[in-house]
Amino acid sequence: MVKITFVDNSGASQIVDAQPGVSLMRAAVDNGVNGISADCGGACACATCQVYVADEWFAKTGAPAEDEQAMLGFTNSVRGNSRLSCQITLTAALDGMVVTTPEQQT
Amino acid sequence: MDTVMQNSGLLDIPLDRLDVSQHHLFRTGEVLPLFARLRREDPVHYCAQSQNGPYWSVTKHEDIMKVDTNPKVFSSSWENGGIVLDDAQAIPPVKDFVISAFIALDEPRHGVYRRAVQPIVSADSLRSLEDLVRTRTKKVLDSLPRDQVFNWVDLVSIELTTLLLATLFDVPVEDRHLLREWSDVTATLEGMDGFIGHENRIAKLTECLHYFMKLWNDRVNAPPKFDLVSMLAHDPNTRNMTPIDYLSQILVLIVGGNDTTRNTMSATINAINLFPDEYRKVREDRKLIPAMVDEIIRWQTPIPHMRRTALEDFQLRGKLIRKGDKVAMWYYSGNRDEEVFPDGDSVNVNRPNVSRQLSFGFGIHRCMGMNIAKLQLRILWEEMLDRFEFIEMLKPPVRTMSNQINGYTEVMVRIRG
Repeated sequence: MVKITFVDNSGASQIVDAQPGVSLMRAAVDNGVNGISADCGGACACATCQVYVADEWFAKTGAPAEDEQAMLGFTNSVRGNSRLSCQITLTAALDGMVVTTPEQQT
Repeated sequence: MDTVMQNSGLLDIPLDRLDVSQHHLFRTGEVLPLFARLRREDPVHYCAQSQNGPYWSVTKHEDIMKVDTNPKVFSSSWENGGIVLDDAQAIPPVKDFVISAFIALDEPRHGVYRRAVQPIVSADSLRSLEDLVRTRTKKVLDSLPRDQVFNWVDLVSIELTTLLLATLFDVPVEDRHLLREWSDVTATLEGMDGFIGHENRIAKLTECLHYFMKLWNDRVNAPPKFDLVSMLAHDPNTRNMTPIDYLSQILVLIVGGNDTTRNTMSATINAINLFPDEYRKVREDRKLIPAMVDEIIRWQTPIPHMRRTALEDFQLRGKLIRKGDKVAMWYYSGNRDEEVFPDGDSVNVNRPNVSRQLSFGFGIHRCMGMNIAKLQLRILWEEMLDRFEFIEMLKPPVRTMSNQINGYTEVMVRIRG
């Protein structure tokens, strides 16, 4: 299992154990994590599953692809460490990762 | 509905002669069983002849997502025909009068204009709007007549949406009827109810341009403020745009913030009268309000279609869409796709996947004002439930005749005092 900590805008955190191979978005939605609405269901098409990846983990998730960057560019909350969680596939290398959700999705 | 369909014989018409884009089908509701037929028999359908020439209909949820999320193949640009089936909206009726709003641009220009005004929907902005919207909603609802018949469209839907628009542009609220008029003029093309003729249309839009040029001139040299005009006037990427480019961005913001939420507010009354049990559920559990808002947006689908133009050949569900072809993504149909939304003609507040509804579009053109719309609708629900036992609709509503706007001109109601 891959352990992920989600921290919301108020600082409250929730730890989720997820199967490797699923997306970070799926892990969040299946565990009822606050602040991830994922309207499009994982198609990189709505930018409502944005997370900020803690710096020490950002390199391990890889940089956003062009279409992901385009979607992120149309949020008001994009930062240098923004990712769409539907575009991150969980692997053992991400075990222990900490991500924060924006105050408001899109 | 069944009787209408039997009489019209539309369900038996050969597929190759079926044209779902005819405006009147949207007023009567006949288009819905036709979409169901296309989803069943020919989900990616070619219509060789229509009022707007040949076009493809994409009717399934999954296929609409594929088109909407592929802007490199499926262009929104007015230069290729724009975003509605009727090319007249994209083609300049007179020289140099090209309406090139960011909704009808591809990258990179789309992004430049959109980013300039995007702060209006930031979390901070929404927080500051909430109190204002609530105060106004209370005032409008408190002033409604009791035990008398009135048109909800005029007294509530138009009133609330134009008041907010006036705030977003920071124009005097007394001028809100002008915004509404310019919105209607922009969205009403030949063949639709209320079309005023090409020359009058240009005259009205010129009037709009002069009005907003004055605002621009006042604000471009003043310190930046938090309104849409000031944002465009101060963004380094937009402050040197041409007047017509400026008018274009203004018009898309007016239309986008006007028709859509207005018609969803009207649809809300239609929905609760057709499905009173769902209304009762929300009354008993207000936590259902956001889901109900989403569900009514799905059910109504205020914008029934968006059009794209193929920039290269593309295979979709076994059909070959050719470079240059017009493609209609029928959100109205995708929002009733049986594979995603069973019994989609019904309003059901407990739909587990309602957030997948297509009314805001998906991909880079996804509705910018989505969260403002949801804010207005949520507050309307909260304040309605605080005041009224029910809002009774006295006769079937009168709908607009348009394949571009799923709307209402008349929703006659009475509220018991």
